[in-house]
Amino acid sequence: MIDVINLRKSFDKNEVLKGVDIKINKGDVVVVIGPSGSGKSTFLRCLNCMEDPTGGSIIFNGVDIADPKVDINIHRRRIGMVFQHFNLFNNKTVIQNIMLSPVLCAKSDRRKAVIKNFFSKNKQPVQSVAQIKKDAEENARKLLARIGLEDKADAYPSTLSGGQKQRVAIIRSLAMNPDVILFDEPTSALDPEMVGEVLELMKELAQSGMTMVVVTHEMGFAKEVGSRVVFIDEGIIKEENNPEEFFTNPQNARLKEFLSKVLM
Amino acid sequence: MNFEAKINKFIEILIDYKGYVKVIEGLENTLKIAILGLVIGIVIGTLIATVRVIPKYKRLPRVLNSVCTFYVGFFRGTPMVVQLLLFYYVALPLMGINLPSVSVAIAVFGLNSGAYISEIMRSGIQSVDYGQTEGGRSVGLSFSTTMMKIVIPQAVKNILPTLGNEFIVLIKETSIVSFIGAADLYVAFNYIGSNSYEFMVPYLAMAIIYIVIVCLITVLIKFMERSLKKSDRRN
Ligand SMILES: Nc1ncnc2c1ncn2[C@@H]1O[C@H](COP(=O)(O)OP(=O)(O)OP(=O)(O)O)[C@@H](O)[C@H]1O
Ligand SMILES: [Mg+2]
Repeated sequence: MIDVINLRKSFDKNEVLKGVDIKINKGDVVVVIGPSGSGKSTFLRCLNCMEDPTGGSIIFNGVDIADPKVDINIHRRRIGMVFQHFNLFNNKTVIQNIMLSPVLCAKSDRRKAVIKNFFSKNKQPVQSVAQIKKDAEENARKLLARIGLEDKADAYPSTLSGGQKQRVAIIRSLAMNPDVILFDEPTSALDPEMVGEVLELMKELAQSGMTMVVVTHEMGFAKEVGSRVVFIDEGIIKEENNPEEFFTNPQNARLKEFLSKVLM
Repeated sequence: MNFEAKINKFIEILIDYKGYVKVIEGLENTLKIAILGLVIGIVIGTLIATVRVIPKYKRLPRVLNSVCTFYVGFFRGTPMVVQLLLFYYVALPLMGINLPSVSVAIAVFGLNSGAYISEIMRSGIQSVDYGQTEGGRSVGLSFSTTMMKIVIPQAVKNILPTLGNEFIVLIKETSIVSFIGAADLYVAFNYIGSNSYEFMVPYLAMAIIYIVIVCLITVLIKFMERSLKKSDRRN
């Protein structure tokens, strides 16, 4: 589904990613670990071109989205992203957060369809704007029910706990029906007692077959939920394996050292 | 003439010689110029501020940015009286356009405040956490949609007090539009003064009107600030 080929990224003269190759298939849960500053976030953020790659390709559903000529916004609809600091829209209520992009995207598609209909003979039916909103709201409420926060629909993000914010952020990306969701240290900014609820939701997602790429320091999650674990160090993938082999039989010296530090 | 006689004279001109018509007309023009100027200024200022924060890898944003720099430099670098005179007596006649002086004043006030508001708006946009932009972009919204729906509403909330100040500045600055013959409050009270050969009370009254307007605006801004704070409150 995502085919990363020789991905490179520099910030000015600082080369952070030095040629990363990885294939992410449908249903994969790829867990990315590595030391601080090794380029994990940069790698993840290149996958939806939040950072523009300086070299290589990212083939997503057959299209090289690293090509600057591609309309990235269309592809980002299919690639969810969950951030360390949630990044919920502070000026919108919880349900507006979830509905905003689905409604705007459907409306923009609708406009295009209306224009196309105008110039063509065989008219395609288009949804009414009211219907678009109704569908989006229904879906948003269903997702809220799934995480048990129906009663927070009209609350503003500032009134939620960290764990609640992150779970809302996860269903916000889910509301776009993405093919894959990227997670950048989703539990690092949370109080310890809230980490569990977020990991639980992510595990649920993984079991439902969602394709996920997760940068995390939660080794327990990597072992239990990951289908593959990747070690990024000094801007390249130093080791990639199934969790079992990865943790019990690491090959790379830097990985051994890293694991001995984090698994103590 | 003692003070009481001066007041009587003032009231006589104001009421019996229809001075109040001039005052109302002046008040109307003053408010029209300041309010419409502010609205135009907010639109222009928001556009410029947006251009300023667009990532500058491509050529078009860079060109637009230079244009904006020139624009802001011109309007902040010259006195507004000069801008009024330039537009009314130089630029528009050269283009063969003939506009009433109030319209020209509205346009110049709009262009001028646009330059100032662009700087205010830019600092407002920069005060909004970049995570808000990233959140919007990550769900597939374009840069401009993210700005319009997410960032600018939050920026406006942050800069509302400063924007209110700009409005107050505009109200006060309207007292220069008589330079191009627009009838504002100054013209009205000057008319009353010249008819009574007595300027003390008219100018005092003019000052009081300005103060009352400014106080009203201050209260209005406070009220707006409070109602916009609702998304910050824990409930
Ligand atoms: N926007 C940026 N501009 C310049 N340099 C950057 C930028 N983002 C990241 N870097 C640099 O790239 C390198 C890798 O950063 P990155 O955030 O990808 O590391 P990381 O593996 O996610 O680390 P951490 O575990 O601390 O999150 C760092 O040296 C950082 O200073
Ligand atoms: Mg990181």
